[in-house]
Amino acid sequence: MNEQVEDEITLRWADEPKAAYDVVIIGGGGHGLATAYYLATRHGITNVAVVERNWIGSGNSGRNTTIIRSNYGIPASVRFYQRSVELYAGLEAETGRSVMHQRKGLLWIHHSETGIRAERARAHLNQAMGVETEFVGPEEIKAIVPEIDLSGGGRFPVMGASHHLPAATARHDRVVWAFAEGAAAQGVDILQHTTVTGIRTAGGGSGAGRVTGVETDRGFIAAGTVLSATAGHTTTITDMVGLRIPIRTHQLQALVTNQYRGQGGRAFHPIVASAELAFYVSQTARGQMLMGAEWERQPSYSYRSGSEFLRSCTAKAITLLPFLRDLRVLRQWTGVCDISPDSSPIMGLTPVDGFLVTTGWGTWGFKGIPAGGEALAELIATGRTPALIAPFGLDRFARDRILADAGSAGTQ
Amino acid sequence: MKLHCPHCGPRSVEEFRHGEIPRVPDHLTDPAQRDLDRVWNRTNPQGPTTEAWFHEQGCHRWFHHERDTS
Repeated sequence: MNEQVEDEITLRWADEPKAAYDVVIIGGGGHGLATAYYLATRHGITNVAVVERNWIGSGNSGRNTTIIRSNYGIPASVRFYQRSVELYAGLEAETGRSVMHQRKGLLWIHHSETGIRAERARAHLNQAMGVETEFVGPEEIKAIVPEIDLSGGGRFPVMGASHHLPAATARHDRVVWAFAEGAAAQGVDILQHTTVTGIRTAGGGSGAGRVTGVETDRGFIAAGTVLSATAGHTTTITDMVGLRIPIRTHQLQALVTNQYRGQGGRAFHPIVASAELAFYVSQTARGQMLMGAEWERQPSYSYRSGSEFLRSCTAKAITLLPFLRDLRVLRQWTGVCDISPDSSPIMGLTPVDGFLVTTGWGTWGFKGIPAGGEALAELIATGRTPALIAPFGLDRFARDRILADAGSAGTQ
Repeated sequence: MKLHCPHCGPRSVEEFRHGEIPRVPDHLTDPAQRDLDRVWNRTNPQGPTTEAWFHEQGCHRWFHHERDTS
């Protein structure tokens, strides 16, 4: 894992957009680029453009806390995220690029009887579906994280946790670049600094019409299929085709400290999350402690960071892990997230023919990148929604098939 | 015993739940008559927006407040 690997990346950038593509993907983040990558490598569809307003990975793909896990509480989500865990584990071998994937395990800690019951149920469901999630008590937790204060500062006693063994982290911009380079090598055009300003549709009548292409600040680009893969700005895109979807934009913040070394230079290995505190922390490859908490309740598209988060997140951190008190906050930042009503993503077809969305990734989008991209590529290539993502369609709201699993989202 | 579901055809009675009489109005149970937009969709404005806020840890009263969400 050496930073010099960056120098070896040779991406073939597109100079000018072509007049027409088979598929235009709006948003050069992980989900958009992964979809392009799998379209090209699994289905031979390479007449594809990825249109990005800024630079690739400049949105939430470059702002998340890089956690990969599948310890969800409903079967549809366990299946989907487990596929993503598997694809992530094989991503370096598949793309030939280092993404600094590291299996760490995740402790999901509870401080109440009700929390313990919910966590046991989730561990059982995971095991029944072949996912390694074990319920552990305070002594086992202390053995895995010697730094933890089991009394939780006297207010949040550690009563138990689920230990989700396959949880991992990967370097987020490496993931973006691995998919981008793999897609570009197959002939996919990646158009940075290109803003979509409108979407053209034809027909309509009684239906919602059919997509014919996208208007951009570099001219019109015709396309038979358009996928919206933006984060935070999905409704900006869906407004262009007059489609109303159950998404609102909220901020999520994170921070990193300076380097921490445990006794004898030991790394802080696992990912640690607390359900009742709504707080999570892991250590980056550089040794920084990376942490986050809840998304902000009031909708906002602003990337401004706030002192309220700095105060509340650090207070939660030292409640559980007092050693963090001695570290310094180096940096704090904000991403804007598409939050769906049931805290599950929305992937697939829409009432507008040829127009697809992948959204509602809220605060849990990074872990879904490979499985989301793989499934959407199959949908675009075959016209059939894969069983893995069928439950996540936009039509679930009309069908009363809500995937309510906010407790597994981690950030509530 | 089989019951005829207008959407799925004949299915085992165990899949159903008996509804009381009088039943709830059609606009609540019939997907075709429900206002799904009102139930699920929200405007997601980017820019100056008038919102309702509740002073939860203070006077416990609602008020309107203009905020720029961009």
